[in-house]
Formats: sequence, structure tokens, C-alpha cells
Amino acid sequence: MSTPARSSGSSASTLAAFAPSAARRRRDRTARGVIAALTALALVPLVLIVYYLLQKGVGSWSGSFFTSDPTGASFFKNVSIGGIRSAILGTIEMVAIASGIAVPVGIGVAIWLVEYGRTSRLASVVRFSVDVLTGVPSIVFGLFIYITLVVTDLLGRGLAGYKGALALSLLMLPVVIRSCEVILSLVPDSLRESALALGAPRWRVIGRIVLPTAIPGMITGILLAVARAAGETAPLLFTVGGANKLSFSPGGQMNALPLQIYNDILSPTTTVINRAWGAALTLVAMILVLNLIARLISRRSRLA
Amino acid sequence: MEAASLPNGDRSFLERSPLARLPDRALKYGLTTLAALILILIVYFFIRLAGQAGPAFSKFGVFGFAFENNWNVSLDHFGALPLVVGTLVTSIIALIIGVPIAVATALYITELCPRRIRTPVTILIELLAAVPSVVYGLWGIFFLAPKLLPAEQWVADRLSFLPLFGGGSVTIPNYFVCGLVLAIMILPIVSAIAREVMATVPGDHKEAALGLGATRWEMVRIAVIPYCRSGIVGGAMLGLGRAIGETIAVTILIGDTPTLGHHLFGQGYSLAAVVANEFGEATGLHRSALFAAGLVLFVLTLLVNGVARYFVTRAGRGTRVSSSGGNSGRRAVGRGDTAASSTAGV
Repeated sequence: MSTPARSSGSSASTLAAFAPSAARRRRDRTARGVIAALTALALVPLVLIVYYLLQKGVGSWSGSFFTSDPTGASFFKNVSIGGIRSAILGTIEMVAIASGIAVPVGIGVAIWLVEYGRTSRLASVVRFSVDVLTGVPSIVFGLFIYITLVVTDLLGRGLAGYKGALALSLLMLPVVIRSCEVILSLVPDSLRESALALGAPRWRVIGRIVLPTAIPGMITGILLAVARAAGETAPLLFTVGGANKLSFSPGGQMNALPLQIYNDILSPTTTVINRAWGAALTLVAMILVLNLIARLISRRSRLA
Repeated sequence: MEAASLPNGDRSFLERSPLARLPDRALKYGLTTLAALILILIVYFFIRLAGQAGPAFSKFGVFGFAFENNWNVSLDHFGALPLVVGTLVTSIIALIIGVPIAVATALYITELCPRRIRTPVTILIELLAAVPSVVYGLWGIFFLAPKLLPAEQWVADRLSFLPLFGGGSVTIPNYFVCGLVLAIMILPIVSAIAREVMATVPGDHKEAALGLGATRWEMVRIAVIPYCRSGIVGGAMLGLGRAIGETIAVTILIGDTPTLGHHLFGQGYSLAAVVANEFGEATGLHRSALFAAGLVLFVLTLLVNGVARYFVTRAGRGTRVSSSGGNSGRRAVGRGDTAASSTAGV
């Protein structure tokens, strides 16, 4: 303490005795400054990425960019390289299929964990498995689908859109389970108990009380999982094939935005790389819209 | 739901008929099967992967495969040391750069920032997790790496007397740039976990520190950080798991050279990148070696995530941050957990 306490001082000067010394205040200011600066530093890449995506990407956005398919051409100056229509539609279709699988299964498992499994041994084993699934690198999901579906006769050999979608659904599954489980466990037990006391069977309690209460929160988690799956490249590398042509049939090879971007990055031609920027901007825009919707819905959730 | 046989009178009339109980049973056993399928999936997953990796492991031995410095496709010889080292080096760079910044953002958001900008800053940090891996790769290789090249060359020249910095020519794709981009990618998840743990610091501890005359920073140092230490370690480990498994951005940024790079600014390879790059054309033993690389990667992430969960759970102290099944404190951390698990996914 730099200011000695005077015994006969007013209450203000007595308090001043407790004020931190100049050195401590300086250290406090410095530390807080450093922390704030590091936080600002963390946001620099975000700004740079968004800036460069806009700068490079908007240039390649044109009418035909969204309405034509990539031609595969890259070296011939007078042949158009085409746009990204098949990639956009392919991504939307595959992510829709993946969600169609992962969301019901994920919600089912989450309901089981919260309503039936609770603290049983099986439940903790299932939770552990979900944790393991969360940690599996996305490329390993691609390998897994490859050995179980692409090179076996289980559902027919060869690359196909739905196989990529299955890989994506494996990736989404743990995220959906975890977020839904958290939201479901936030539903107050008193609601369940009142419904049960009124004589409702368990399945109606789940269907009419628990799920409706939890749905806004669950949708948020699900949309974030969907956004995550839409941006994944690695699980698609050896599962969907990456055809250029527009195809809506999930039984055949399909195209996807992340795959298109990845292939275009590897190209030596500037025009093709510019298409990658345009496609990346499109992909990020789609993901941001999903994130935005998720946040708006979560704001309306009554839980948490 | 079973009608209890209370002493005063027979209440069996309250019981549902077996037919009415059918949907309940069906739902219960249906969902149990579904949940058990997850477990079966994991086991099947392991067995298939190990089966495919078998030939490579039996030819080179598990340790020979993982620790021999010789990955030569044309000679059909596969020792994955350069890949393991590449994976670890880039991930460790990511941790060294990413974790302090992530912890600082968490401290700033939970303790220091004005209430008004708390939500916007949180959302911006979380947006970093929304950018797809391939876009990080694109941005890294065409913007970040070329811009950093002169600076890296300068550092490499000045510090060439140090073993890791080497000297020699700096290439555009290299370990350091790759680690830097990974640092940006793991930042949101480490930050989310750290925030979540910091939210559990009891207000009493903080108020006690402030009441004893501590400055804000001293309060953070005395009350917040020691309380959160194991949670932060856990968050960092989760980030490490994420960095180890990251594929596409690393494939683009590490340079695809299956030899040990001599310094931080040299090209290398990683386990995930080698699978992404070579799997398409691989056959026979090469393919098996790539499955083995995938398996090593899987086991590595499993170990790291296991340790991470342990630390995060311990930090939660009864609050349900991780997979422990307790009910207490769910409400308190529920929100953060959702955020963390949605960022943590994959």
C-alpha cells in the first residue's frame, strides 16, 4: 500500500488505504489490455476470410455461374469452365438425405437417453459411444463407408450420392444426439410428472409434452449439425464420385460444393481457382443462413 | 405407471390393459435398440477398419508401421513416422498459438467485456467454427501462406542457428502455416469449453477476491484461472483432437511430401492428408497402409478425446459438462454444452 492509512482521516481516505497501488493498477490495465487485444486478434482471421471471399468470390458470381454445370474444361481458353449448379443442388440433396437419416435416429437416441436410459449402465456406454463418434475424424467416416458400402455387394458397388449422404449422416449423428439430449434434459420433470399423474401413458407424455416443449431448442442444434455437414469435404472424397453433370439420382455419382471447391483448388488455372472462390462464397453464405436461422429459433426457445 | 397395491383397497382397475400398454413397450424397446445400434456401429467400425489395415500391420508390425521413417509408395514400403510427426507438429503449433488466444477470448467474454458486446463477440467467435475446412484451405493457400512467406523466410534466416527453424528455403505450403490455420480452426471450440467452465466459477470466489481488494486481473488470476485449470486443459485437448483429425485444410496446406521436414517452414505430410490424397489411386498393400494410417489416426483422436473428456468432466465438478450421467447442474451448463457440442462436432 503506497498510501499509509491515517488514523484520523475521513472515511474516504480510510478507503483510499485499500486502493491498489499504482503498480498493481498498471498491471491490471496491461493484463486487461492484452486480453482484449488477443480477443480482437482472434477476430482478425474472420474479417480477412470474409473480406477475401467477397473480394474474390463476387467477381465470379454471374447469372450462368448458378445455372450451368462445371464442364471439366480448364486449359482451353475458348471453352467455358461452367458454373456450380450441379454442386449446389448436389450438396442440398445429399445434406437433405443425411438429415433425413441422422435427425430421426439422433432424436430417438436422445429421447432414449433422457427418458429411458437415464443413468443406467447401457446409457453411459451409449453416451461414451456418442463421444467416440464425435471425435472420429471426418476422413475416417469416408473410409468406413468405403469399406462397408463402396467395395462390397451389400447395396451395390460403386460410388453413389447416397453413400456420401450416409457418411455425412454418421458425422451429424453425434452432434444431433448431444444437442437434443441436452435440450430434452432441460424439460422440467414437473411437466412429465403432471402428465403421468393425469394418467397419460409414457409415449404420449413424450409426444405431447416433452417434444413440443423441447422442439425449438432441438431445431437449433439440428440446424447447426446440418450446417456442419454441408461444409464437409473429407467424407465425400471416396464415396460420391464428384460427377460434373447435374444429377438428382442419389444412386449415381453426384457433385457437391465442397468437393467442387477442393478439386478446383488443385487446378493450376486461374479461372478455375476463381470458380473455387465463387463456390466457397456460395457455400459460406448457405452455412451462414442456416446459422442465422438456428440463432433466431433458439431465441424463441422457452428452455434455457 | 404400475398401479401400486396400496393397503387401502384394490386399485388394479387403474391398470392399463395389455393392449393399451403395447405402444409404450414398442417405443421403449424400439428406442433401446436404436441406442444399442450406436454401440454396435462403433464396434463394427473398429473391426472393419482393423481388418482392412491387417495386411499392412502384419507386414511392417504395428510399431514398425507407426514409427519407421520410410513412406515409399513405389517400393511398397510403408513406415508412417513422417505422417505421424506431421500430424503432431502441426497440431502442437495449433495448440501453442490457438489455446492462449482462445482462453483470452473466453476470459474477455466472461469477465471483462461490457455486457452490451458480450453476445456479438460470442457469435463472431462461434462463426469461426462455421467456416468449412475446405474454405480455410482455400484462404490459407492463396492468401495467408503467400502473405506470410517473406516473414517466415526472415524468421528462418535469423533463427537458423536453432534446430527447429533450420534455415533453408521456405515453401508456401509448410508445417507452420498449416498449424496457424489449424489454430484458427480450433479456437472456437477451445473458447467455448473455456467459457463454459468459467461460467461455473462460483460468484462467491470472485466477490471474495474483489472484496479483499484485488484488481480485476488479480481476481481473474486468483479466483478464475485456478478454478478452471483442468477445464481449460480439457478444452485444449479437445482442440488437439480436432486438429489431429482435421483433413482437408491440412491436405491443402502441408505440402504432400512424405518425408520428415527439416524445419518448421518445410513441407511435410499428415496421417489424414495422406489418406485424402493417396486413397483414390491406391491398391493392394498401399491401400491397406492407408487404412492403417486411418486406424492410427482414429486411435490417436480417441486417446486424446478420452483424456480431454476426463479433464472437462473433472472441471465440471458434478455439473454435466461431459458424458457423466448426473442430473445436477444440468440447467446451469446446459446452454454452454449445446454450444460446445455443436462446435465440437466432428
